[in-house]
Amino acid sequence: MLDPVIASRLQFAVTTIVHIIFPVMSMGLAPFLVYFTWKDIRTGKPIYERLRRFWTKIFAISFVVGTVTGIVLEFEFGTNFAAFSTAAGELFGGPLAVEGMMAFMLEATFLGIFVFGRDRVSNALYFVSSVAVAVGTWLSAVWILIANSWMQTPRGFEVVNEGGQAVVHLTDPIAAYLNPRFGYMYVHMQNAAVESVALFMAGIAAYYVFRHHVWGYQNEQVDFWETTLKIALVALLITAPLQVLHGDMYGRHVAETQPQKFAAMEAVWETESYVPEYLIAVPTDLADITDPRAKDLFGLGIPGGASWLASGGDPSAEIQGLDSFDAEAPPVAIVFWAFRAMVGLGFWFILLAFWGGYRWWKGQLLEDDLLHKALMGSTLLGIVAVEVGWIVTEVGRQPWVIQDVMKTSAGVSPGLTGAEATLTLVGFVVVYALLLALYGYVVVRIIRNGPPGDEELDSVEVPDENREVPPAGVTNDD
Amino acid sequence: MTDLGWLDAGPIFGLPLPELWFGLLFVMLGTFLFLDGFDFGAGAVFATRDSEADRETILAAIGPFWDGNEVWLVVFGGALFAAFPSVYAGLFSRHYLLLFGVLGALILRGLAPEMYEQRDDETWQRWWGRAFVAGSVGAPLLLGVFVGNWLLGATTALTLGGALTGLTVVALTVVSGVAFLQVKTRAGMDADLQRYGEGAIAAYLVAVVLTLVALGLTRPGLVPTLTSPAVLGLVVLTLVLAGGYVVLLRQGRDVAALAASAGLTYGLATVVALLLYPTVDPASGTSVGEAIVSTLPLNLMSLGAAILLPLVATYFVVLYTAFSGPIEPSEGY
Repeated sequence: MLDPVIASRLQFAVTTIVHIIFPVMSMGLAPFLVYFTWKDIRTGKPIYERLRRFWTKIFAISFVVGTVTGIVLEFEFGTNFAAFSTAAGELFGGPLAVEGMMAFMLEATFLGIFVFGRDRVSNALYFVSSVAVAVGTWLSAVWILIANSWMQTPRGFEVVNEGGQAVVHLTDPIAAYLNPRFGYMYVHMQNAAVESVALFMAGIAAYYVFRHHVWGYQNEQVDFWETTLKIALVALLITAPLQVLHGDMYGRHVAETQPQKFAAMEAVWETESYVPEYLIAVPTDLADITDPRAKDLFGLGIPGGASWLASGGDPSAEIQGLDSFDAEAPPVAIVFWAFRAMVGLGFWFILLAFWGGYRWWKGQLLEDDLLHKALMGSTLLGIVAVEVGWIVTEVGRQPWVIQDVMKTSAGVSPGLTGAEATLTLVGFVVVYALLLALYGYVVVRIIRNGPPGDEELDSVEVPDENREVPPAGVTNDD
Repeated sequence: MTDLGWLDAGPIFGLPLPELWFGLLFVMLGTFLFLDGFDFGAGAVFATRDSEADRETILAAIGPFWDGNEVWLVVFGGALFAAFPSVYAGLFSRHYLLLFGVLGALILRGLAPEMYEQRDDETWQRWWGRAFVAGSVGAPLLLGVFVGNWLLGATTALTLGGALTGLTVVALTVVSGVAFLQVKTRAGMDADLQRYGEGAIAAYLVAVVLTLVALGLTRPGLVPTLTSPAVLGLVVLTLVLAGGYVVLLRQGRDVAALAASAGLTYGLATVVALLLYPTVDPASGTSVGEAIVSTLPLNLMSLGAAILLPLVATYFVVLYTAFSGPIEPSEGY
């Protein structure tokens, strides 16, 4: 049986790593769905109805799995991290409660109309529903990230002793909830979601375009996939460069506010100046695998790069080493490699975006088979980048559950036995593996079945006055 | 430092906020038990239907609603966490395995209809149909056990009072589920549904009496509350609503019957609140006043709820208005 602290942490890791996929899909898809709905209603062109209906199916299944896995996370604070919940509930519970009331409710009720109500409600209400779903999805992230960012850069509180227990009291809600990390985290996360979905759309579209144009499989819906590819490329061209730009500011912010995490990201043990940014670090001895920059390493680094990143332009800046902190270091290798994977992927996405943009500009978007292969291979890499990004954030802040206030090991439920925690850990690993397999199965099925065909569009009973294509230049207000 | 001193000075609106939030929690729990309750009940009725058309109708009936309905559980959990964090932590960690059972059931319940619709083959649909039923019955059963154990201050998962509360809640979900399906379906299942509704209401009355007796025997401290005028009044109200439910169902006044089942659910939630008060967690003896968070966050939450809850009610009105009336044959999950 595992130690309850270890088992609880692993369980939270497993459930979050799986859960995050689904909000990323729904947050990323939401703005596309609003756009498709708007165009569908305004132009009445079948392509937009196809786009809306096809991507709504993927949104709906993502939302359902996101809901059931999200309730698990809310409950886990109580079941596995009761000491944390008691100590910090006053600050931490509020955002979760507001998320439920303000965001999740909006999203879940209007999704009912959006998914099931095309024939039942007016165009105006239908469009409003798509916007409400998108706003709800994005507001959910606001409140969840307020809670999370507060743990990274806690502000606006005092620690009070209540009956022998240290309890966090809210003193300044604005400082607490609009804490320094929140803005960086929110922009980075939201942009990552749209970027991930753009990559997902582009990868799948590239597959069908490639099969049609390069392999010669006739696909009646190829115009659907060409449009998807173009829309996804536009989104990628906007989001990919932005992600690296604010990612850089975010990194500097981490260096200022969580120096221990930054040191782990760069695997800097002793305080140094002029620290290189290691692109690769290879231990010569497998025993050193947990420490990418232990002695006798082969490393390839940009001189002064890490110092330059931490300080925002000064290659000789000092970076505080892991040895200089009182608290034990987080698992350095995980943070170090996850950070490199994230940054490497970020640059790869920029390359993909510019490559695709260039080919499009040259009028060769549909013929470049190497580009198509690169896009296909990158279908899921946006989600991988989100995962490794979160690993940097969450593993990097260890041993703290609340930075400099409470250690993770102190947050676990006091009465929890190793047997209980291990049993549920195994249960969750099995259930979540099945959930992922089922989700993958369903999404692949939806993609294979493709967008609705002409017969299906015709069978939809939409009142004629809503469905008529207005003459050019005339908009159709209802 | 921003000056929000006015939020810290004392309870806003001059209301007894700890009591208000304690009450609000049970409004949220009751709303969840009613709204998602009829989804669960519809899931239980699903088990009795062999015809493909009936099964599709049941899935289509809950399709647009269940997700919004289930959010009430999240809101209840979030509000308990935010207002009474130590109670949230204590209850949830004490009933660790039970809550994982609830989560498992909710996962099955949420996933099954999506999966059911993915493929047409019989074996696939039979198994996902079973998963749907298992989740629909398992979730209210285990949540009921949780509520019963909460009332008893139990530290073990299985208690007589808890088990009986679980059965009570399951019976109640079938009562609402039947009324909901009556509203959402055209003739076809009517005769059967009416029979199930009458069976379920009888089962509910028996279960609720047994539960109250078991609670009184296990925790004699509850007896004064159990025999208080408020609880006795609620018992009378329950009998009236139960009778009304049967009559309304027979007369085909389905919406009114559904409203009667809502009354029964809120009645049950009120009894739970009355039996707990003035404690909020009998296991530790913590009172409402002791467990509540401090004034500043409580005021903030109250302001938030005063703005948000009416909005949320509006969303539900829009949703239920858009999908009022029976399911059309063309509508699917």
